[in-house]
Amino acid sequence: MRGDGPESDIVMSSRIRLARNLAEFPFVRKCSDKDRIAIAAAVRRAIDALPLSSDTEYVDVAKLGDLDRQFLMERQLISHELSETEGARAVILDPQERFSIMVNEEDHLRLQVMQSGLDLTSAWKRMNELDDLLESKLTYAFTKKLGYLTACPTNVGTGLRVSVMLHLPALVATKQIDKVFRAFNKINVAVRGLFGEGSQFMGDLYQVSNQMTLGKSEETLMQRVSEVIPRLIDYERKAREFLINEKRDDLNDGISRALGILKTAKKISSEETMHYLSKVRMGVNLGLIDNVRIPTVNKLFIHTQPAHLQKLCGQKLSVSARNTERANYLQQHLSDSVDPKAN
Amino acid sequence: MKCQHCEKTATFHITELTDPNGPTILHLCEEHARTFFNQDGPPDPASALTNMLAKQLKLEKAADDLAAADKKQCPMCGITFAEFRKGGRLGCPYDYVAFEEDLEPLLVNIHGATSHSGKVPKNLNGSPERQFRLKQLKDEMREAITKEQYEVAGKLRDKIAAIENGQNEIGQNENGQSDESNEEAPNDGPPDDDFQSFS
Repeated sequence: MRGDGPESDIVMSSRIRLARNLAEFPFVRKCSDKDRIAIAAAVRRAIDALPLSSDTEYVDVAKLGDLDRQFLMERQLISHELSETEGARAVILDPQERFSIMVNEEDHLRLQVMQSGLDLTSAWKRMNELDDLLESKLTYAFTKKLGYLTACPTNVGTGLRVSVMLHLPALVATKQIDKVFRAFNKINVAVRGLFGEGSQFMGDLYQVSNQMTLGKSEETLMQRVSEVIPRLIDYERKAREFLINEKRDDLNDGISRALGILKTAKKISSEETMHYLSKVRMGVNLGLIDNVRIPTVNKLFIHTQPAHLQKLCGQKLSVSARNTERANYLQQHLSDSVDPKAN
Repeated sequence: MKCQHCEKTATFHITELTDPNGPTILHLCEEHARTFFNQDGPPDPASALTNMLAKQLKLEKAADDLAAADKKQCPMCGITFAEFRKGGRLGCPYDYVAFEEDLEPLLVNIHGATSHSGKVPKNLNGSPERQFRLKQLKDEMREAITKEQYEVAGKLRDKIAAIENGQNEIGQNENGQSDESNEEAPNDGPPDDDFQSFS
């Protein structure tokens, strides 16, 4: 989340994933320990033989400690499932974090391509190339009728999940978010809170993704998601306009208080941090806060999460110690900013 | 089977795959199924509900049929359809062949489609049928070795190698040219025949 890319005041990132399975093995739930090891080895051989950047890293997730696994999870490079299951499993990481490949998650392979802002076309181009490369070394389970075969029938066909992460604080503040959810679910596009179902306490971040994977081409599925994004952006902008025009004092007050708490708190939880960072982010985008830049806010969203914070301190910390450390970290990074513009 | 919410017979057996914590299985009577589908439903429930129920009716059959489907077992990985319904995850790619007719209504329900129209890999050797044939041949070869029928085993080994090298079973390679050495021979054929085919 570098904070650039088209519509980056609202669109945080675009992400595409493909589910793939190797034809010679059962799906993960029926894999023996030997199978899992053999799958990981086959993928590693394939990766080594491909013209990928020499810094591409193969990480044996089973050998990682709790903190490292959580760290990768917070960066969305691995899933909760890959982090927590037992047995041989791995992740292949691009040094620039433009892609990751999970091995032995729900499917043998979960390829993931990330892009800052809204840019599904170039994300798909890179994904398609990565998939072609892997396919040149591995035999995927595939039939002409059903496409790529996956462990769960909800992913069969293209195995494609396109998701766009949006920051929608004004739709939350104006209590329109539920209405938007319902409208979009009706057209087979899922909208859900980033962490936890429909939770607004997690930084007002929402993920929009396709529900179907079979019967439509990758391009069509992507188009269906990207078609609704401008509408969501438009709703969010209208809600922001409404807040600015009709509730300017309340809006300014809320944003000032949020920044005040982040700058002065002595102990603060990660949920509370996300909640206030979200308001600050909107404040910066609306020009109500000077001297705080969007990339800083985006960075704070990630760096104040538990594993990141502990990595930054270089040691494991208790929840209480983390809350103190988080408050320190926020102060350091927000100290140069001035109060929201007086009205 | 009774409805989970009342004493009426459950005519709807619903497997929900949308829950991130894993699939939920519901057994409901028509009235409670209606309530179930209506929650979080779009503002025009009538048409959407009819649509959904029509799909669901196709998917969920009478309890007897369901019990029969549940007993089906994949010859490749050994998973039963009941196990799939319970865990929401299939055991191997061949399940899509073994449970084809039971999965089809589910696919219609989830995707509104039953056939793929997207990317096709260049390497098409990953079909589950091919893997299943290979497994069968390998099992036969192991059995032949156990019975010390080495000639039979040798032929099976060649047949396996031919499939793995991209030739199909009627002895044609990818260019459609005939391959004499790959002809089918009965496993229980006289030893002389086996010997000849090796010479």
